[in-house]
Amino acid sequence: MSTLEIKNLHASVETPEGTKQILKGVDLTINSGETHAIMGPNGSGKSTLAYSLAGHPKYEITEGSVTLDGEDVLAMSVDERAKAGMFLAMQYPVEVPGVSVSNFLRTAKTAIDGEAPKLRTWVKDVKKSMDDLRMDSSFAERNVNEGFSGGEKKRHEILQMELLAPKIAVLDETDSGLDVDALRIVSEGVNRVKDNTGLGIMLITHYTRILKYIQPDFVHVFVNGQIAEQGGRELADRLEAEGYDRFLASA
Amino acid sequence: MTVTDHSRATADAAHTHGLGTPTPDASRADRPTSFDVDAFTVPTGREEEWRFSPLKDIKPMLADQATDGHLEWDVPALPEGVTLTEVSPADARERSVRAPGDRASAVAAAHAGGAMALTIAPNTVVDEPIQITVTGRGEDVRGHLLVEAGASSEATVIIERRGTATYSEFVSVDLADNAGLNLVLLQLWDEDAVHAGEVVARLGRDSRLRGSVVTLGGKAVRLNTSAAFAGEGASVDLFGLYFADSGQHQEHQLFVDHAVPRCTSRVTYKGALAGATARTVWIGDVLIRKEAEETDTYELNRNLVLTDGARADSVPNLEIETGEIAGAGHASATGRFDDEQMFYLRSRGISEEEARKLVVRGFFADLIQEIGVPTVEESLMKAIDLELEHVNEELAEEHA
Ligand SMILES: Nc1ncnc2c1ncn2[C@@H]1O[C@H](COP(=O)(O)OP(=O)(O)OP(=O)(O)O)[C@@H](O)[C@H]1O
Ligand SMILES: [Mg+2]
Repeated sequence: MSTLEIKNLHASVETPEGTKQILKGVDLTINSGETHAIMGPNGSGKSTLAYSLAGHPKYEITEGSVTLDGEDVLAMSVDERAKAGMFLAMQYPVEVPGVSVSNFLRTAKTAIDGEAPKLRTWVKDVKKSMDDLRMDSSFAERNVNEGFSGGEKKRHEILQMELLAPKIAVLDETDSGLDVDALRIVSEGVNRVKDNTGLGIMLITHYTRILKYIQPDFVHVFVNGQIAEQGGRELADRLEAEGYDRFLASA
Repeated sequence: MTVTDHSRATADAAHTHGLGTPTPDASRADRPTSFDVDAFTVPTGREEEWRFSPLKDIKPMLADQATDGHLEWDVPALPEGVTLTEVSPADARERSVRAPGDRASAVAAAHAGGAMALTIAPNTVVDEPIQITVTGRGEDVRGHLLVEAGASSEATVIIERRGTATYSEFVSVDLADNAGLNLVLLQLWDEDAVHAGEVVARLGRDSRLRGSVVTLGGKAVRLNTSAAFAGEGASVDLFGLYFADSGQHQEHQLFVDHAVPRCTSRVTYKGALAGATARTVWIGDVLIRKEAEETDTYELNRNLVLTDGARADSVPNLEIETGEIAGAGHASATGRFDDEQMFYLRSRGISEEEARKLVVRGFFADLIQEIGVPTVEESLMKAIDLELEHVNEELAEEHA
């Protein structure tokens, strides 16, 4: 049982025009086994929240705290956070030429576990996970994300999540740009990992479509760097019908 | 990796060369060669072939003066049909495939006191690599080396340079008809060595040269490699791997001269740079002369910049004087291992050091396999890891 606790989180970014405050006091607690959907308009700061949790150097935390099972996440380096059990599936996964997927996955697994995985079971695990995500085995020899289609990149993110087995995963628009088939495959992947490992999930999305496949326990409306309202699944349906106007007007 | 094309290449001869005052539009073929040091003026740094070079470091090797330094040669028991002999200055000139092409090289040949000749007799086939190690003892050394592969011979020769020296050399590589030679030159110098070398190869009919150059060590290394086809049906593969960290200048110039029909050349050089003052230069000239019909050539240079401040210059140049070619191309790109890639790898638990290792090993892996000598491939991977440790220490200090 793990708990990620975000309290009064403020983050800013340096821009040519000066410091820009993006996160303006985020409070959110995610326990193992829970799925929290975060929905909000473009530019409201959802990705900034995700990156801040992962420790992206561009974002400066100016106030607040983040703990994972009581440990200070903000004091950890990027790789230490991953080792502590945090995972970020990125909205735009990065291409790393020259590094094969299989080499990358093995290196990451070794880093997270602190020891190399047993070769035989590892090869089997990778193959099974790739099969389940309908990724052709040839991807293993391709360079990380290089020339992958949008949907392939997203599947590759979920593949990593399954193999690295984090405690808490942040999925930043993992559903965006996927066709219905790919959406179903990716969602099944997320559900499978959740069933197997009981991880807690922060699911950032613009569309309720994915919520047909992945049941959220909580829905949070994210507006202007803060959580503006929380509810259950019905809140998502209401957002889909009404949009964000009523939040933006008051913001 | 963000790839920016630094290629300043043109598919024609709009490119300046020459000694003293560069003549615009001069062909690479017009550069003089001579055993006479005075045929070359002392470079000022404005010449096309010297403009990237660290003349301050190279200067001692441009003086027309004898030195009394030597490298220590460690030569294994040579297989049957292979000899290493000392050759008189007159014979050394006579047996070189051509005269030196720049002043440093002319000085090296003039003051080497003769040459060392590694000769592979015709029809000799040597399976095991011939591994020679030369070690510098901090002296000022001039060298002249002949590698002679007899007709239909087949051999792998590895020359590894270690220790430290101020070393200039003229290396002549002669492939007789149908000879196959895999020549590996390893520059694994200590960090204060300075090395200026010219390697000139002549390829006889149907001969095959695989020439690999690996430059990891040394303060300044400038290697000028030329391959000229003297008979039809020959092929040359030139591979290069270099890794410069702070304070290192590594320069590789290449010239492939297609003077006869139906020959093939491939040039593949890859370099990594780390540290604010790391500097690499690659100049690749390919000339396809009028007579050289059905030539097939491709040259490639890729650089991977790991940290801010490091600078890689890459200048491919293809001169084509005939329309009857099978293929001719070049590519040059310098990519950065950027912060976003670093973040991505680290967000998967991979440490900064490990991330760099992953990327650099990946960058060089296919090239290392091309060297075709398993023992060299293994030791190279280790040498690159060592180099990376060095880089990591340096970066840790910079951050501290
Ligand atoms: N590095 C940066 N430099 C300048 N501005 C930035 C930077 N990163 C984010 N911003 C700005 O901060 C705001 C929030 O961006 P963020 O990407 O977090 O939004 P988002 O909610 O994820 O949007 P979307 O739904 O479009 O993905 C935007 O106005 C964005 O332009
Ligand atoms: Mg976003």
